[in-house]
Amino acid sequence: MSESLDLHLASVETSLDNPVLPFLRQDRIPHIWCPGCGIGTSVNCFCRALSDSGLDLDKVAIVSGIGCTGRTAGYLNLDSFHTTHGRAIPFATGLKLSNPELNVVVYSGDGDLFAIGGNHFFHAARRNMDILVICVNNFTYGMTGGQVAPTTPVGPTQTTMPYGNFENPFNLPFIADACGATYVSRWTIYHVRQLAKAMKEALGKKGFRFIEVMSPCPTLYSRRNRLGDGVDQVKYYKEKSVIKNGVDTKEVGLGYQGEIVVGKFVDRERPTWLESMNAHYSHHFGDAFQPYGVKNGQD
Amino acid sequence: MKADPKGVLTGVHFMDGDHAACEGALAAGCRFVAGYPITPSTEIVERFAARIPKVGGVFIQMEDELAASIAIQGGVWGGQKVMSVTSGPGLSLMMEHLGYAAMTETPSVWVDVQRGGPSTGLPTLPAQADMMQIKWGSHGDYEIIALSPNSPQECFDLMIKAFNLSEEYRCPVFLMMDEVVGHMTERVNIPSADQIDVTERKWTKKKPGEYKAFATTPEDLVPEMVKAGDGYRIHVTGLTHDERGYPAMDVPNQAKLIPRLLNKIRNNVHKLVDVRMDGCEDADVIVMSFGITSRVATAAIDAARAKGLKVGHLRLIICWPFPVALIQQLARTAKAFVVPELNMGQMVLEVRKALADVDRKVKVISVPHPGGTVHDPETILEQILEAAR
Amino acid sequence: MSAEDDARKGKGTVFVRVEVCKGCSFCIDFCPSHALEFSREFNPKGYHFPVLGRAEDCTGCDLCGLYCPDFAIFGARWKDLDEKRQAASTPTQP
Repeated sequence: MSESLDLHLASVETSLDNPVLPFLRQDRIPHIWCPGCGIGTSVNCFCRALSDSGLDLDKVAIVSGIGCTGRTAGYLNLDSFHTTHGRAIPFATGLKLSNPELNVVVYSGDGDLFAIGGNHFFHAARRNMDILVICVNNFTYGMTGGQVAPTTPVGPTQTTMPYGNFENPFNLPFIADACGATYVSRWTIYHVRQLAKAMKEALGKKGFRFIEVMSPCPTLYSRRNRLGDGVDQVKYYKEKSVIKNGVDTKEVGLGYQGEIVVGKFVDRERPTWLESMNAHYSHHFGDAFQPYGVKNGQD
Repeated sequence: MKADPKGVLTGVHFMDGDHAACEGALAAGCRFVAGYPITPSTEIVERFAARIPKVGGVFIQMEDELAASIAIQGGVWGGQKVMSVTSGPGLSLMMEHLGYAAMTETPSVWVDVQRGGPSTGLPTLPAQADMMQIKWGSHGDYEIIALSPNSPQECFDLMIKAFNLSEEYRCPVFLMMDEVVGHMTERVNIPSADQIDVTERKWTKKKPGEYKAFATTPEDLVPEMVKAGDGYRIHVTGLTHDERGYPAMDVPNQAKLIPRLLNKIRNNVHKLVDVRMDGCEDADVIVMSFGITSRVATAAIDAARAKGLKVGHLRLIICWPFPVALIQQLARTAKAFVVPELNMGQMVLEVRKALADVDRKVKVISVPHPGGTVHDPETILEQILEAAR
Repeated sequence: MSAEDDARKGKGTVFVRVEVCKGCSFCIDFCPSHALEFSREFNPKGYHFPVLGRAEDCTGCDLCGLYCPDFAIFGARWKDLDEKRQAASTPTQP
């Protein structure tokens, strides 16, 4: 150990731990994510958001699909569900509807949520299902070795686009907006304070809420395309991002290493699926209907 | 415990099998259904959608069967009893989530109102050709329980049994209906709630900290359960996992988990035998049937008996796990088995497999049918006569 | 002067769990006061880890803590640490 470390350790109070540790399953750390991967940073921000939210963590559940980001559920010290590929949102829908007091968060990747799981995203947003969806977008399939994703910009090489990608990628905030999400924002993992704040804000809102988090995949995206390491991608985020709150989501599509528009794009109120159901049946059946999932007349 | 009276439509009704199945689910305590319309199962979810606001619970029509079959599992971990309902093509889509339910030990009822296949096949016409799909259709090794009703009354009764077994064994349980049983209208007697036994979920009494989500004992291979929101901070994954539910992708954990998932059913096969036997004790020929085919077989058996033959009828109520020991016991005296089914020969393979260990030579005659209608009783009779020869 | 007093050159400090660091350098590159640098040594996994090379510049802002994907580092202000310590050492009323 170095001198500086020795000196430093001398000043460390053993009772003082990293403030995010209580939010993690410490017996599962270190995690599987590569050096320079940003998923951990997003989780770090999420822990701060949970901490600042004041929520009863026994009533927060996290649902993930499959993939690198899909492993998030397994690291958070919450009721956590690691489901099948693409199906985190319908699982979360069932969880929320059967136990409405839960604050349900879906935490998954771009391939999981928008390729194999795309249909579920559209419909949960359309229904205004009361869940928060956090999508860590690293523009590739990491867990399987760097294949083209529905978010991969035109240009970069992926193992299944060996001569560069020629498919048009999704503009995720635009999809979320068009499908009816009540809250849509995008940040990169350079924007840690804004991201943690957005997560906290979204945790406190109702309805289908969506946060896109741009995050580097150094192993299978950046290095393969000679974009450097994770930290180089984050530097790119720093240089090329502009904050445009409230901008039309049509305008926020991403090009290869181009300008990145970040910010809060949508923040609106719509009745959630359960609120609509209860309101509709209360109207239809009158007093004979007992509103579902509502305790003591409040929800 | 007894059924919640809110869900029990006590009385004598004239209803079809689909509706009776729905009432069975409500009586069993099902309060969350995620479905997707598909002929000939749709009436079950239609009725559930109409009834549930009055009972207290949720129905949601999902965007596809993939979503429906995983939404119900979210429903279980939120604390409800759940069901999903489908037919052929939808069942094929649900296969991955069948494996997830088996792996995560999520008690859930799956209803398959069978129609002719493969592919879109015969949407409005019957078959019994999904029997092997439910047993083997999801990848990897797993066990399920499957029940097969032959009347609307049994759709009601066996639905309750399906829910109870899913809670007892924490595994997916299938109600294997078919188009004819689903759309057949008959008398259905729904008893009062205090006459309906309902198995409660195997809730743990342990406190957070003491509780391990997938820990079992050698005596009881079914773990105790909790739901999200109760402070246990559980982790559930479809990956191979340890007793805490944490991913543990190695040989020792696989070697521990998978045999337990199988053995919690296989060790109880004797308890899970549910058959109706008629004249099997001294029969020369035994007709084994299930579902709607059992009603057609009865006509053929009566005709054969009228000709003086000693014919027994073995009707499977629980098809999976298959009653191997019972077949072997019957083979000590019977000369032949005749197996009519609305497929090209599926459950007959199980009979052949069971008899492979029997020293006596016992004939097995398959009476296949590609589906679309039921057997002509004459066809079954001919094979009974052939078997008796 | 204790080792700690000696180390109190800036307004705050950082705490590093050396063994879980993967050397991504997020904390080093995005430290607003450029107070961190890589160690010369390797941790048990073979990564260089951050050390407080310019302790006098550390403000204890904890931005490093927020950036760290491995939950390996966090920062704190001496002022806040002292308050915490004081609170911990003050006997609580029965």
